[in-house]
Amino acid sequence: MHPVRKQRLWLVLFLVVFSSSAIGLMAYALRGNINLFYPPVDVAAGLAPVGQNIRVGGMVVDGSVERSDNSLEVRFAVTDYEAVVPVVYTGILPDLFDEGQGAVAAGKLDENGVLQASEVLAKHDENYMPPEVAEALEASKSRMAEQAARQGYGQ
Amino acid sequence: MWTLFHKFGSPPWLYRLSGAILRWLLPITVVALVAGSVWGLLFTAPDFRQGNSYRIIYIHVPAAVVALAGYYVMAIAGAVSLIWRMKMADIAMRACAPIGAALTFIALVTGSIWGKPTWGTWWVWDARITSMLILLFLYLGVVALYEAYENKALAAKACAVLSLVGTVNIPIIYKSVDWWYSLHQPASIKFTGGSTIDPSMLYPLLFMILAFYALFTCALLLNMRAEILQREQRTAWVRALAGERGGS
Repeated sequence: MHPVRKQRLWLVLFLVVFSSSAIGLMAYALRGNINLFYPPVDVAAGLAPVGQNIRVGGMVVDGSVERSDNSLEVRFAVTDYEAVVPVVYTGILPDLFDEGQGAVAAGKLDENGVLQASEVLAKHDENYMPPEVAEALEASKSRMAEQAARQGYGQ
Repeated sequence: MWTLFHKFGSPPWLYRLSGAILRWLLPITVVALVAGSVWGLLFTAPDFRQGNSYRIIYIHVPAAVVALAGYYVMAIAGAVSLIWRMKMADIAMRACAPIGAALTFIALVTGSIWGKPTWGTWWVWDARITSMLILLFLYLGVVALYEAYENKALAAKACAVLSLVGTVNIPIIYKSVDWWYSLHQPASIKFTGGSTIDPSMLYPLLFMILAFYALFTCALLLNMRAEILQREQRTAWVRALAGERGGS
């Protein structure tokens, strides 16, 4: 390789490495702001500000969704399996919102640690399958649970 | 190896080679795109939670994957242009930018259309979507920067530096869903371990990704050929080519 070209090659490598590390350090410094939402464990630890607009994301706790009889008010709780944050929301939920599924709620935390949400988004996971496969999975899971229960009784 | 590399610097050689490649790649691409779309849109089962709306994956994911890969093509062409001052590398870099911008735009628009029924919002400033928007601006920035200079050698140099600096964005886009809490789900296709998408849905998706790579290659070569003819219009070989076509 021609020495001038070799020098330019080093210059190009230096440019890429230097700019990448600069931007990498910036992203690292701003990492808290890049997160779209707080996990419930951070909210429980008091890391999320009270009375400011924030987002809290996690799985909707099974059996926690309570709909009001005479308004659009919905109460539910989100969890990251370490802490639970209760959420109150008035409005229409997205179609894919469901218990045991991911959700992100935007709103303000009140003094009691309840998130007064102004927007609720459903978070879709990375699992894609046809309905028959999902049913088969569900069936084999319940069969395994049954088996485990039976073995448990036998002992 | 170096002689082959230097052959790429020759406009008539590259023009003829790209013509030979396009003659069979272009029909294959068209057939693959149509076949892949029909396979994905009509002959796969609906998703167990999303129903039919998930089918946008067959456009969204291939467009996004090739938009990221195309950026590396542009950056590598930029590096070659900086190091070897090869005109054909300038042309390749310049040709990548509008195609990459179009693919990024398709990925953003289809994602937004899918996001409304799935998430409940058209747009959210999460890490994946925001870094993808930055990718669109990088592509458009290369186009705009190139047009801003009267002196094309200087323009190529500036664009090469911009595209090289922008490469850091590609791993950020790719890993954004793992590094930060985002609304966008993590990747379903995994290189290591099992994919979390059913094989009956995965195969048409992989097929469409290949078809989009072929589409990118075709668009890149067509763009480059047009630019080569434009730049070399006063040379004997282009005149001979034009005379050949015009005379017959």
